Amino acid sequence: MTSTIEQAGGSPAPSADPPDRPPGAPPGREPRSVRWRRALRGQRTLLLLAVPGIAYFLVFHYAALFGNVIAFKDFVPFQGLWESPWVGLDNFQRMFEDAAFWQAAWNTLSIAVLQLVFFFPLPLALALLLHSLARGGVRKIIQSVVYLPHFLSWVIVVALFQQLLGPTGMFGGNVAFVTDVLTNPDAFKPLMVVQIIWKDCGWGTIIFLAALSQVNQDLYESAALDGAGPRRRFWHVTLPAIRPIVILLLIMRLGDILTVGFEQILLQRDAVGPEAGEVLDTFVYYQGVLGADWGYSAAAGLFKGVVGALLVYSANKIAHRLGEQGVYK
Amino acid sequence: MSNRNTLLDKALGPREHRPSWMEKPHPLTQAGKAVALVVICALILVPILVVVSTSLASPAEVTANGGWVLFPTEPTLQAYQDILSGGTITRSLAVSVGITVVGTAVSLFGTITLAYALSREHFSLRKPLLLMVLFTFLFPPGMLPGYLVVKGLGLLDSYWALILPVAINVFNLVIMRGFFQGLPQELYDAARIDGAGELTVLLRIVLPLSKAVIAVIGLFYAVGYWNSFFSAILYLNDSSKWPLQAVLQTVVTKGANLGGNTTDALSDSGAVAAPQTYQMATVVVAVIPILIIYPFIQKYFTKGVLTGAIKS
Repeated sequence: MTSTIEQAGGSPAPSADPPDRPPGAPPGREPRSVRWRRALRGQRTLLLLAVPGIAYFLVFHYAALFGNVIAFKDFVPFQGLWESPWVGLDNFQRMFEDAAFWQAAWNTLSIAVLQLVFFFPLPLALALLLHSLARGGVRKIIQSVVYLPHFLSWVIVVALFQQLLGPTGMFGGNVAFVTDVLTNPDAFKPLMVVQIIWKDCGWGTIIFLAALSQVNQDLYESAALDGAGPRRRFWHVTLPAIRPIVILLLIMRLGDILTVGFEQILLQRDAVGPEAGEVLDTFVYYQGVLGADWGYSAAAGLFKGVVGALLVYSANKIAHRLGEQGVYK
Repeated sequence: MSNRNTLLDKALGPREHRPSWMEKPHPLTQAGKAVALVVICALILVPILVVVSTSLASPAEVTANGGWVLFPTEPTLQAYQDILSGGTITRSLAVSVGITVVGTAVSLFGTITLAYALSREHFSLRKPLLLMVLFTFLFPPGMLPGYLVVKGLGLLDSYWALILPVAINVFNLVIMRGFFQGLPQELYDAARIDGAGELTVLLRIVLPLSKAVIAVIGLFYAVGYWNSFFSAILYLNDSSKWPLQAVLQTVVTKGANLGGNTTDALSDSGAVAAPQTYQMATVVVAVIPILIIYPFIQKYFTKGVLTGAIKS
């Protein structure tokens, strides 16, 4: 089980891999280039196969990553990346003094925390429910239904919610409580969470259902023979079996905590205004692309990226401290 | 009694055998769980039903009912005929189909080739390249730098801007690689003994065995291309080039502001009488392709994705 979880989040788990020095490649003193040429002999096809994908990552990730230098520049598009003047940390300083930035950061964090509390546990609960009750064909049908919303775009989901809760919607037009729920700034954050629950709760069960189906049934039997009731079996067999996955997902969510549904919020921000509806991603978009304040919004984006990477790193460290596998080693 | 049981079993599939050590579940608990599942399914299906019904209702009925219909009395396809008879929706639908087909092909090609190279243990560059790929997962470049790259490549206002920047998804790549690694090593050994090169192994042995995972990953990519609207807004200044979701987005955001009045996007299809019907018909048109492909691929979910995601 441990080795299966290890790489579930896409970890290379380098230490677990066998040393992959090709047979016959001496560890000796030859120059690097000769060693590489020898090592790559007969691997030309593999190299060629890797080229398109690697080119993609170099251009659209690494070159783009490098483009973050504009966060330290007063970027003027017609002057270009190289000619625009350096401004040091001015953009960051301005950002930290900008109330709109802190408002966006606050909105982002509060939506993320609401998601963590109200959305994160739900797929696990639903998976346990499905696992304990539904069987055969009915279970497949229910799974098909609950997976479906994941495949609908945010545009569609927002349209569905408007058709239900909007002023001319099924409930919006009739139930007093929901009349202004789509345009009420106070309702915005809970609404975002409800929408993501509707869209992704069912899909989230898929990984838990897989983990539940891999639990060794003998463990349940031995526990039952030892006198453990359903509750204790759940506590001592089921939970330990799915704990690594829960922790893995939690780490990934923590690292992503500054990302809360960009498309979802972009679609609905204008209905409540930036005070309630701005998050860091939409802040970057409105400041940078629409406001043409390039360097400034790149600084906000870079800040978000650095914090996110630090969060993944520390969450993973903590997981290791607690004796868990984490995302990577 | 026994007859009823077999009927039930036929409908529900074989009853799972309850091992002797397991307590008999309390009927009330079971009933409560069943009710919960029914409610959950209803919460998902009713909104979809309302949208489909409203799109099928006559404009008069929609207006009379205040903007929505649960069961249309006289279903009509008029709204669909109108939006599909040329104009913005028809054009954007064609754009969406084109981007989805080309994009999925490009994505699958890039993902399969790289995943295969990274799955071969004797590939000397495997580890550094893998690390290089996984690092991007930890530290995504951000929206603005990505925009600058697309701009620098001269892809603004080109459909390639909707495809190339998202061509390979690291998560999909890792799943694919995990699946390739899970194939029996003997297959590779046997092929090598027969003198087959890597390309032959990939095309003749690996791909035919990987249909399930390719189907699922292909679905993920296709759904991603079909559903994305933001890249179109970001990269295509000319809104007449927009795919369906981007057009629908103007309906959703502007429709909300106008309180359900007609919108620019729909006006040239002649929709004035009951915009709600047209909006909902457009929503359905945007959903139908997914509903059509979904059941075919759904059966692979457990097979393909999970063996890749969990076992790798």
